[in-house]
Amino acid sequence: MVKMKMNPVREYFSGVYLGLKTAFIGMKVTFSHLFTPAVTIQYPTQKMKLPERARNRLYVNMDDCIGCDQCSMACPVDCITIETIKSTPEDNLGVTSTGQKKRLHVPVFDIDIAKCCYCGLCVPPCPTECIKMTDVYEFAEFDRHNLIYSFATMTPAEIETARVKAKKMEEEAAAKKAAAAKAAAEAKIAAAAKAATAPQVQQSAPVQAPPPNPASPPNDSQQKPE
Amino acid sequence: MEQFLISLLGDNIWVHIIMGALPLVFILPYALVTIYLEMKIAAHMQDRLAYMRTGWHGTLQPFADILKLLQKEDTIPTAADKILFILAPYIVFTGTYAAFAVLPFSKAYVGSDLNIGLFYIVAISSLVVVGLLMAGWASNNKWSLFGALRSAAQIVSYEIPSAFAILAVIMITGTMSLNGISDFQSSGIQNWLIFGGPFPMGKKLLLFPFMLIMFVIYYISSMAEVNRTPFDIPEAESELVQGYNTEFSGMKFAMFYLAEYANLFVVSAIVTVLFFGGWASPFGTFMSGPGWDAFWFITKGMFFVCVNIWLRWTLPRLRVDQLMYVSWKVLTPFALFCVLAIGLIVVW
Amino acid sequence: MSEIITTPPVSSTGRTLRTEEMILNMGPQHPATHGVLRLELVVDGEIVVDVIPHIGYLHRCFEKHCEHMTNYQQVIPYTDRMDYVASMTNEFGFVVAAERLLKIQVPERVDYIRVIMAEFQRIASHLIAIGTYGIDIGAFTPFLYCFRDREKILDLFEMTCGARLLYNYMWVGGLSHDVPPDFIPKAKEFCTYFKPNIKELNDLLTYNEIFVKRTANVGVLPADVAINYGCSGPMLRGSGVDWDLRRDDPYSVYHKFDWDVCVGKGEMGTVGDCWDRHIVRAREMEQSVRIIEQALEQIPEGDVHAAIPKRIRPNPGEVYARIESPRGELGYYIVSDGSATPYRIKARSPAFSNLSVINEISKGAMIADMVAIAGSIDIVLGEVDR
Repeated sequence: MVKMKMNPVREYFSGVYLGLKTAFIGMKVTFSHLFTPAVTIQYPTQKMKLPERARNRLYVNMDDCIGCDQCSMACPVDCITIETIKSTPEDNLGVTSTGQKKRLHVPVFDIDIAKCCYCGLCVPPCPTECIKMTDVYEFAEFDRHNLIYSFATMTPAEIETARVKAKKMEEEAAAKKAAAAKAAAEAKIAAAAKAATAPQVQQSAPVQAPPPNPASPPNDSQQKPE
Repeated sequence: MEQFLISLLGDNIWVHIIMGALPLVFILPYALVTIYLEMKIAAHMQDRLAYMRTGWHGTLQPFADILKLLQKEDTIPTAADKILFILAPYIVFTGTYAAFAVLPFSKAYVGSDLNIGLFYIVAISSLVVVGLLMAGWASNNKWSLFGALRSAAQIVSYEIPSAFAILAVIMITGTMSLNGISDFQSSGIQNWLIFGGPFPMGKKLLLFPFMLIMFVIYYISSMAEVNRTPFDIPEAESELVQGYNTEFSGMKFAMFYLAEYANLFVVSAIVTVLFFGGWASPFGTFMSGPGWDAFWFITKGMFFVCVNIWLRWTLPRLRVDQLMYVSWKVLTPFALFCVLAIGLIVVW
Repeated sequence: MSEIITTPPVSSTGRTLRTEEMILNMGPQHPATHGVLRLELVVDGEIVVDVIPHIGYLHRCFEKHCEHMTNYQQVIPYTDRMDYVASMTNEFGFVVAAERLLKIQVPERVDYIRVIMAEFQRIASHLIAIGTYGIDIGAFTPFLYCFRDREKILDLFEMTCGARLLYNYMWVGGLSHDVPPDFIPKAKEFCTYFKPNIKELNDLLTYNEIFVKRTANVGVLPADVAINYGCSGPMLRGSGVDWDLRRDDPYSVYHKFDWDVCVGKGEMGTVGDCWDRHIVRAREMEQSVRIIEQALEQIPEGDVHAAIPKRIRPNPGEVYARIESPRGELGYYIVSDGSATPYRIKARSPAFSNLSVINEISKGAMIADMVAIAGSIDIVLGEVDR
């Protein structure tokens, strides 16, 4: 009974005491910070050093790009658009810095950086290490369309010639195949010839399946029709 | 000062206008400095830098803020009670400004040296509540209403312990004039009421603990009266968005802001007058005189403003019922007890 | 508001004054809802009569997105974005689930690094929880101290994987990068730096009498209610239930370390009040530092890319794997139809279950308590809505 009566009184005074005491402890903590140097920096004038692995804006070195479409397939948000045109045997597109021969013209290599989620998944699949994430992080734009970065280096005229050439080559190949098929048709049905021409659709809609790739690694087959 | 002005300009209305406007000359720069101080102190306590761009270490930022507020569109919500909405900020500011009338900045300058100065301050600062209630009601916003009602309950409650603290000082000094109280404590730091006032040693020692408690009580309740953390529940930004000034913008918001800071100085100045000698120099006659008096008064006032800022950025916020608990169950009984004790000591 | 004003107050004739309940929308734009949560409060003056949480403002179809990915790897950036203040643990849960489905045994070094990262992430996440809780209660300064320390953790993450918030660091079968050579000394340095800061934080906030008075005996969640609602993590442990998946359903290498599960004991009030939930978080940070220190000592050498499969094509089947995220039991249920694309992914998010109990524990509280309760649940709307 006595204890019951004592407790509220003690609680009351201990509450008052603790309230003042903890307030002073808190004040001591904040006061001790008053004269410590600030941890913040003055951002636009001072900048933090980014680590080597910093993942920011994407950059594509077109000299090394072989148009294999690996990065585009790895992208979870589909922000990379690549179009390719087959090169003719007489075109010499050169070799990449890794020594791989380039076989495809790349007229369109667009990255919609507004869509990009900076996950970095496009970097490791690249066979020639031409796509990478740089340490540039200040690229705000007033117009959203400016955030679609075109890395392709081909001029419209070059694209046109390449296209015409590819078409010509295709037609020749088709003609050759047709001739061969004609010869074969005597023995076989005409369906075989039709199947041979089918995969040669060149300039389809941009995001849709690009042409089969000579240098494609095994998991290419995983790509869904979408 | 009034005499000086009268001798300069003759006894006409201009003298009184100048006398009345002088505190405003003080409030505006003071508010700028305090806003700057508050931001800087807060930032450095939090390991930040705060303003650094406008001017040297951002010293011009308060001006920029004021300019921004001046330019802002002054929106009045469609559903608001227009007249009350427009009137509210000015009433709040008037209530605060009126208190400056009796503040003894210096022995020579008191706006109006009322013989009931303290009583006047207790009375006039209640006007702020009316303004806040008007603001909250007129906004036609649930959060604002909550804020206004909370603030009314809070200010009314905390007036009681603070009035007791004032009463204790009045009992000792026997005057309600702020100038008189300051005069009472002049000639040296040992005569300040916090240290027992100008009494013989034994009486001083007896008075000292009670005055200390009274000072703490008054300081806590003054924090509550100016709605600052830990008693900022009327505008508790994490609960009530911005409380009664949620809907205010532009100059109206600036008026609330100004009133808050002006009020902060008023209560700090009263603490100074009641317990720390007002304009009296801590070194007796050394460094005293009309100019020095003002210097000491403002320095002491600013010191308590800074302590207030320090507390604000340290403590969490109380809940409404706890606020009432602190006022009615802690501060008021302690204050009553101290009034009794001080009364006995004074009579003895 | 107009609906309450329209009823004229009557009193002098002796009739009792009629009062009405008021509906107050806390959120979706409100400083205390930590995102776009809308709490519909039915209040009687300051007293909360009923709380109806409205969620879904941040719904981004995580589960549907996953079904449309071309492979399992692409799901990971999406898991990052569920609980965006604890991305590492989100990835961790997913890779654990995917590895169980694929029956991959990852190299030990990978497991160690994952544990280190997950524990760092737990500290970072709890720092946000504690800091924002301080703001909810009205103390602004602890928030900045918490963020200062969190930045140091994010620096470690950035150094390792290049990103500060959404890491995409843990991959199915391994990690995107091995830790850089100066990671381990820097991590150790952080641990020694951080330990005194927890004490300072407790001095400033946790044991402050005002804070204690605001949180103790508020929003009491009894153990049985917590279990019935499926609460987990600090929410469940705050109610005194000794349950931590890291110990009770071990995954990765947690069984190798010596650490304690923190449980609310009702030191300042009742078991299961807001203060208990808060202190569980504060103490878990200390335990996480302990785990990290041990892991940094024991970490073996190895190749973090060794077990990454060339192509991820699990056999048809399903798996449910759960881990202890900073908020509680984070589970992934994956159904595979044998193709490279997940057939179905369901994420069991702890914040969603924890939030569901809010109505139960906040009746009769005041509006200010409502803020304290919502803050103590530590919801991340990205995870609630997914």
